[in-house]
Amino acid sequence: MILARADQVSRRYGEVLALDRVDLTVRAGELVGLLGPNGAGKSTLLNLLVGLRRPTAGRVELLGGDPRDPASRRQLGVTPQETGLPGTLRVGEVVDFVSAHFPDPVPRGELLARFGLSDQVRRQTGGLSGGQRRRLAVALAFVGRPRLVVLDEPTTGLDVEARRTLWEAVRGFHAEGGTVLLSSHYLEEVEALAQRVVVIGHGRVLADDSVAAIRGIVGVRRVSLVADDLPALPGVVATEHTEGRTHLLTTDADQLVRGLVTAGVAFRDLEVRPTSLEEAFLALTADDRPAPTPA
Amino acid sequence: MPLALVHARYQLLEIIRIPVAIFGSAFFPAATMLFFVVPFAGDDPTAATFATAAMITFAVMSANIFQYGIGVAEDRDQPWSSYSRTLPAGPGPRFAGRILAGLAITYFSMLPVVVIAAVATAARVTPAQFLLAAGGVAVISVPFTLLGLAIGYSLPSKAAIVVAQLIFFPLAFGGGLLFGPDNAPGFVDAIAPYVPTRGALELMWAAVTDWRLNPTSMVMLGVWIVVFAAVAGWAYRRDEGRRFT
Repeated sequence: MILARADQVSRRYGEVLALDRVDLTVRAGELVGLLGPNGAGKSTLLNLLVGLRRPTAGRVELLGGDPRDPASRRQLGVTPQETGLPGTLRVGEVVDFVSAHFPDPVPRGELLARFGLSDQVRRQTGGLSGGQRRRLAVALAFVGRPRLVVLDEPTTGLDVEARRTLWEAVRGFHAEGGTVLLSSHYLEEVEALAQRVVVIGHGRVLADDSVAAIRGIVGVRRVSLVADDLPALPGVVATEHTEGRTHLLTTDADQLVRGLVTAGVAFRDLEVRPTSLEEAFLALTADDRPAPTPA
Repeated sequence: MPLALVHARYQLLEIIRIPVAIFGSAFFPAATMLFFVVPFAGDDPTAATFATAAMITFAVMSANIFQYGIGVAEDRDQPWSSYSRTLPAGPGPRFAGRILAGLAITYFSMLPVVVIAAVATAARVTPAQFLLAAGGVAVISVPFTLLGLAIGYSLPSKAAIVVAQLIFFPLAFGGGLLFGPDNAPGFVDAIAPYVPTRGALELMWAAVTDWRLNPTSMVMLGVWIVVFAAVAGWAYRRDEGRRFT
């Protein structure tokens, strides 16, 4: 059962191509993490999927229909990226307003308790702390007992404890059969929550696989050495020079070292280290070139 | 509660929590009454009644064009407005809610005008005419509300402020709002029936005096309502919040 789909979707803002023929499918029960640096096109893709924007080309589908048709959004819960709650309204009023749009909303008290906001019910949202506002914004995504929840950078700006509270709520929802599509530029967050990762960079899908497999693809090694001049070498994803050393990020360190040896390059101080997911991810999104796809 | 009422309720809540906004919309028509109607037409019952009806029309027009034109354009800049577009409701309840809330505010801002007209001028209406006029305010709010929504949904807020102000004066002048029924310049008489404000003004006149409606003005008012509704609906659908290039 497919809950959300983008099919060869492009979106252009004036001269800028924010999304370039993107394919994405979210099936029932999945917890998909959309990973990419700021400006990669994550928010644009989510906005297309929830019906806020129209694709320039291609097709988007939400819960079996056009996301711009209100009926398609009945089982959708969304958290906006920016915390922009109406400042003069009280927390309880904001929840009631959103609840009124759904046939069987979660009772207000229950929802606020789940997100640790019970004491704030009478406060105006403008008087909440940043973390409380963010929690309220995320809570709103769950009001309508959705099948699919779309969270755009849900924990941006939160402290560690608040972030973990939100993670628990997202995991709980998923454990009960809910489907989640969340974007983040925190690798830690995607690793902690998601089963499947879609890496986006420069408006394209660079990789789409399980967390483990993404780790495999980006199981990039850092081969670092001192050498004057290097020939073209196989499997190099990125090259850096720092303090007289050359750092080669590669998906296959063994082959790279063999290549170095057979090419007869004069090198010394060879080091092979695993990279963090973050480094690998930066390497993947560092330029326009799509990463090697998994076999 | 129907969704339209829910939207109306929250619109009003937001407005009421910043009370200055309401006093602003009540001040303008009241001041116009005091400075222009009371000294110049206050003693003549017929002229004062016509003038009061015109001031109410003027106020309904300005309240709605500015409230919606600028209010909607500013709302569209807020992330909350783009969030609420992801809720399972189309433009219907949102439009209806805004219109109901706007109507409530419009009525509220009428109160000082009515009080001034009753106390400080010779304008007089029968209870039946009063009720008719109260209903008339709701009817004539429709075209101006739709015009305001059309502006608010199709333009960024800075442009909406300018356009609302540019549209506002020719509509008031061209529709004959600034003149009595008998002393408008000839070219205003000639174009007035085709200006949306004229039909609204005539409805108000007809409600409180023995004015006979001009069929052309009424037909054109209907045409304008359809046009404004179409533009507002079109602008809402193509709206994608803020646009950056």
